[in-house]
Amino acid sequence: MSENIINKMSYNSRDTNLHDYQQTCDDFNWQTDIKKTLNIAYQAVDKHLNTSIENKVALRWLGKDEKLIDYSYRDLAEQTSLFASVLAKLGFEPGVRVFSLVGRLPLLYISALGTLKFGGVFTPLFSAFGPEPIRSRMAIGEVNVLVTTKRLYDKKIATWWQELPHLKVILFIDSPEHENISAASSHTLDKGCHWLTILLTDADTRYPCAKTHGDDMALLHFTSGTTGQPKGVIHVHQAVVAHQSSAKYALNLKQDDIYWCTADPGWVTGTSYGIIAPLCLGVTMIVDEAEFEVERWYNILQQQKITIWYTAPTAIRMLMKAGSAIREQYDLSALTFIASVGEPLNAEAVRWSEKVLGLPFHDNWWQTETGAIMIANFASQSIKPGSMGLPLPGITAAIVKRNEQGNIETIEEAMQIGELALKQGWPSMFRGYLHREEKYQQCFQDGWYLTGDLAKRDAQGYYWFVGRADDLIKSSGHLIGPFEIESALMEHEAVAEVGVIGIPDEITGQRVKAYVTLNPDVECSEHNLAALQKELKGFARKKLGAAVAPKEIVFRKNLPKTRSGKIMRHLLKARELNLPEGDISTLESDEQ
Amino acid sequence: MNATEIEHLIIEAIQEVAPEVDKNTIDFDEDIREECDLDSMDFINYLAALQKSTGIKIIEADYPKFHSINSALAFLNDKKS
Repeated sequence: MSENIINKMSYNSRDTNLHDYQQTCDDFNWQTDIKKTLNIAYQAVDKHLNTSIENKVALRWLGKDEKLIDYSYRDLAEQTSLFASVLAKLGFEPGVRVFSLVGRLPLLYISALGTLKFGGVFTPLFSAFGPEPIRSRMAIGEVNVLVTTKRLYDKKIATWWQELPHLKVILFIDSPEHENISAASSHTLDKGCHWLTILLTDADTRYPCAKTHGDDMALLHFTSGTTGQPKGVIHVHQAVVAHQSSAKYALNLKQDDIYWCTADPGWVTGTSYGIIAPLCLGVTMIVDEAEFEVERWYNILQQQKITIWYTAPTAIRMLMKAGSAIREQYDLSALTFIASVGEPLNAEAVRWSEKVLGLPFHDNWWQTETGAIMIANFASQSIKPGSMGLPLPGITAAIVKRNEQGNIETIEEAMQIGELALKQGWPSMFRGYLHREEKYQQCFQDGWYLTGDLAKRDAQGYYWFVGRADDLIKSSGHLIGPFEIESALMEHEAVAEVGVIGIPDEITGQRVKAYVTLNPDVECSEHNLAALQKELKGFARKKLGAAVAPKEIVFRKNLPKTRSGKIMRHLLKARELNLPEGDISTLESDEQ
Repeated sequence: MNATEIEHLIIEAIQEVAPEVDKNTIDFDEDIREECDLDSMDFINYLAALQKSTGIKIIEADYPKFHSINSALAFLNDKKS
């Protein structure tokens, strides 16, 4: 297998934060004490006050319109205090649940850190979600305050938010000037809505950081479920210990780095590594408001002299597709380390990056539930292209199976497929699914957190991702629950049944495909079906948003079902991919 | 192809990926990805559809010109002439 390894002999190992992998793992101790006062915002921002880096650029924001705004660590400390004091002025108490639904604007970052500084719980939502995923997450999360823009509010929230019993205040982070509305005319907003910029003008720049404890809830991230509603994944302030440690080892971040994490804070990567970890380590982080564009991205890498870049397979594959001629026009010599996360990065993409970008992507693996990177290809270690890498210092991973007694047994033999499990107890391990204690407990057995991902480990200890143990779909690095999509499509009057699966896609990893059966009274002429297909696609997009809605919809006369009427998604998938159909003993009614 | 025909082809290409889009309710000057809720793949598929229907080659370097519907109109009108 040696030809498949990218050896690091040519890289200077003194430049890495992890000189001796085995020694660091052996000596590692989390040294966490949940009784101690600990606050993520303090670690990310206030900790740097009155140090040599307080006036250093902490966050450089690049606007779509070429605008550039720099925030020093001191600026962030003051602005996050302003936000925290606004929450206090509005009458909220620590523990308040603040959700964001907004693109990558500076006030999003300030709201996130300001919420944590106040002792509140922050939940980022992806602004490309449609009204249904937004509403279900806000209802489950018992949101009190929503930070958004007037535009997104009008488009997705205005008609129904007052039905949510806990939601009291909406803060618009776009400025009233932008909307051609004068400050004095705030009263024209719906009841409970405020322009945040106006509230901030007479707020307190010295509002102190809350004295939260390590085990106080800090972040609530949502993840999709296979059979039910999305789950609110609880993280505590102590997670920051793992955020810092993992960024140091797996991303090789050092204080003098200029770092760009391309993930949106609406997803867990964009929070753990797009807000918290880089600031904790005192780096300068770049935030780009715009969406992916090949030239724009290469330009940012060159102009901002990015040294460490953390991105995702979908974007990497789009760069590959654009070809190497474009890349030749840019100087990427500042880059020292590049990493990828979201779904397994194919070996070909790792090879491509080494050849075309001049250095290889380091893939790593983690989940919303793990809170931080758990397995990674490190700067100082050989890369095995296509592999997730090695467990981080402080993390014990294993491939496990259930034995006949129902207990967990580790599989020691190399390259045997089993479920990837992590020894429980690291600081960023999730502490619950909100109001779903039973579901949470099901994730643990015999001291192991069972990830739901199938994987194998080779003789050198590198882990290789195989697939999900359940029906969750991974598209562009995001987990999508089929149930949420099926439920939305079922609301259309023509639809009788829906089965949703992920099918392989060369750019996004998987794309969402829906199999639909229609009610008997629907006219099935070719013309009508074509029109209905478009209508359903639009119907799903309006409810779910582009990130979740199916890219492809096909009609069937019948879907394969079990005796109890459950649609057999795995059978749809096996047939789509020409794979063995597996256990079909429960099949009662077959696909037509 | 006149300007009206180009506009029609743009709307048609958007509706291929986002059939729910109503041309009367969208702002032609706004960021098309936000205005029509297009993710990166939708955006690429929209441009592929547009390239096919107009016969005008759209390369990666041209993508920024398709930021809004009006900027796309200007670009395609210019290319055609």
